[in-house]
Amino acid sequence: MLRAAALEAIYPELEPHIVVTIMGAVAAELYMLGHRPNFFYLEHAMGLASSMGLGIALSMPEQKVIVLDGDGSLLMNLGTLSTMARYRPGNLLHIVFDNESLLSVGGFPTATSTGTDLAGIARASGIPVVKEAHTPESLKSAVGEALAGNTLTSVISKVEAVGPKTFHMDLPLLENRFQFKRALEAMRRASTERGQ
Amino acid sequence: MPVSIANSRLIYDALKACDVKIISALPETWLVHLIRMAEEDPDMTLVRLAKEEEGIGISAGAHLAGVNSALLMQNHGFFAAINPIVSLALLYKIPLLMLISYRGHMGEKDPWQTQGGLLTEPLLRALNIPLWHLTNPADVQRRIKDAQTLALASLHPVAVLLSRELMWED
Repeated sequence: MLRAAALEAIYPELEPHIVVTIMGAVAAELYMLGHRPNFFYLEHAMGLASSMGLGIALSMPEQKVIVLDGDGSLLMNLGTLSTMARYRPGNLLHIVFDNESLLSVGGFPTATSTGTDLAGIARASGIPVVKEAHTPESLKSAVGEALAGNTLTSVISKVEAVGPKTFHMDLPLLENRFQFKRALEAMRRASTERGQ
Repeated sequence: MPVSIANSRLIYDALKACDVKIISALPETWLVHLIRMAEEDPDMTLVRLAKEEEGIGISAGAHLAGVNSALLMQNHGFFAAINPIVSLALLYKIPLLMLISYRGHMGEKDPWQTQGGLLTEPLLRALNIPLWHLTNPADVQRRIKDAQTLALASLHPVAVLLSRELMWED
């Protein structure tokens, strides 16, 4: 499946929640579907989107946090799976688009192209629910189930190594950062008011 | 193990006075009591890391979510975290309160710590990260609070170097 089609299928589920994406194609494709102030695009620091998602999930247990990860990024920080599994916040959903390639830097094959199994690594790391979803429909249903439940879930989706025509986003990094922090403050305020 | 429990308590209480709610850590000898104190505190979220890099992401997430955090690491852990300090914390103006055990400095008996001791301050300075030395128990509360205040005002990482004089009782 194309990652753009996968993102389009789950966009309605992503829209109201806190989303942290990795850099490059994933960020650009999500942005093109429609930017939201509660979306953060980590344009560098490869591997750390999931760590950021964990930090947010532990800080805001009343919100759902969705991380959009990739095979190249996850392979740079496999320890994150063991750390997420250790604290297993039920409000964290970790989606990994595995295109077997470092596409954004020119398409070099990653180790998943030669047999490394990220779903297997996630399971063996102790992530309580690990799913594989290779069609937009199965991804949408896996995401829906994870958001309806309260169990840390990783979803691994094989996608084609095809990216957008342009990675341009009309959103300076710091504008995204400050806007995102304000959006999270507003979400916290709204949830406190609801709780009162 | 002659790690000072009393001074570890002073540091921990100073973090509590800073309203720190999340501490990420990788164990090392000088940090054992601090990590145990965080673990035994029901109001603290302790995140035991596989590698210090993760801690930069966790603190960034916590900051954007409005929660104060601190990082406990050895100076070699700081070295391991340099890329995300640059490409996340500095790039995105994320405040970090890093408490770094200053191994390999004066009094170090372990030969394997000594290269790291030589490079800790030069690397912090190269990254333009302000640093405090903690050597005197009387300074602990004030310096940790002031370090956090500067981090939050400047949206920049700061380092507090935990010295042998403070942490180790020979």
